[in-house]
Amino acid sequence: MSTEPRPRIAVLVFPGSNDDRDAALALKRLGAEPTLVWHAEPELPDVGAVVLPGGFSYGDYLRCGAIARFAPVMEAVRRFANGGGLVLGICNGFQVLCEAGLLPGALRPNASLEFVCRDVALRLERTDTPFTSRSEVGQTLTIPIKHGEGCYFADDELLRELEHNGQIVLRYEQNPNGSVAAIAGVTNEGGNVFGLMPHPEHAVDPLLGSTDGALVLGSLVDAARERVLTAA
Amino acid sequence: MKATILVRPKPGILDPQGEAVQSSLRQLGFTVDEARVGRVIDLELEDKDAAAARAELERACEQLLANPLIESYEIALER
Repeated sequence: MSTEPRPRIAVLVFPGSNDDRDAALALKRLGAEPTLVWHAEPELPDVGAVVLPGGFSYGDYLRCGAIARFAPVMEAVRRFANGGGLVLGICNGFQVLCEAGLLPGALRPNASLEFVCRDVALRLERTDTPFTSRSEVGQTLTIPIKHGEGCYFADDELLRELEHNGQIVLRYEQNPNGSVAAIAGVTNEGGNVFGLMPHPEHAVDPLLGSTDGALVLGSLVDAARERVLTAA
Repeated sequence: MKATILVRPKPGILDPQGEAVQSSLRQLGFTVDEARVGRVIDLELEDKDAAAARAELERACEQLLANPLIESYEIALER
């Protein structure tokens, strides 16, 4: 076990979240001190980063993430993100961040209309983000997806903007859901908010078939530690 | 008063549900060039001025009932 300080990272829990404990466990193993934060909390504890986990918040009613974005804790997340805080949304968390307007675009039902649950190969476009610093340029990551509504949509104008700003961090090698430009993960313009459909928390142990998810979550732990130390 | 809100996928947005419905209709022998699947939301409201109700419902659509990036909406009011 490393003797480096363990940065606190909040993992939000909405009614219907189901990957919150997996995310917390993965973060703990990667050197963070995760703390679960219930959606009804009006404030975030003092943390170096926030993770919105996968699941089916509010039953995915209306549209995925559409109701969760109004949870009391989301106002605090918005303030945290607007102040430059690191926010990671995984799967349903990505959908919530898009609905909240903290990330560009929207997620729609998969083109196949089928729930897709398998490992996918991802091409890493950016390694200079707080979420990918442990990876190398051109590296291919193997991380599982499990979603019915992961078809990323951005209109032509937004897509040009995303490409131009370098906000597309991850693309599918083989598009599993009809996402425009095979987008699997994007950041906001400031680069401090990142959302992806694949589940890095399910790929942190060789037993699970891949440890590539640790590159994403480990990068976040590094960045959160650095921020906590700088602030101290 | 009652309000009916019709939410549709915007033109050009991939609608796999609509495609599945279209292909099922065709298999049943119906001649269908295109099918798009949206959503209907029926609301019961307190009686108020129609313009005020419409303005309020537009805000509800923009904030929650539709995602303006991918969906359009229509509001119909009924006394």
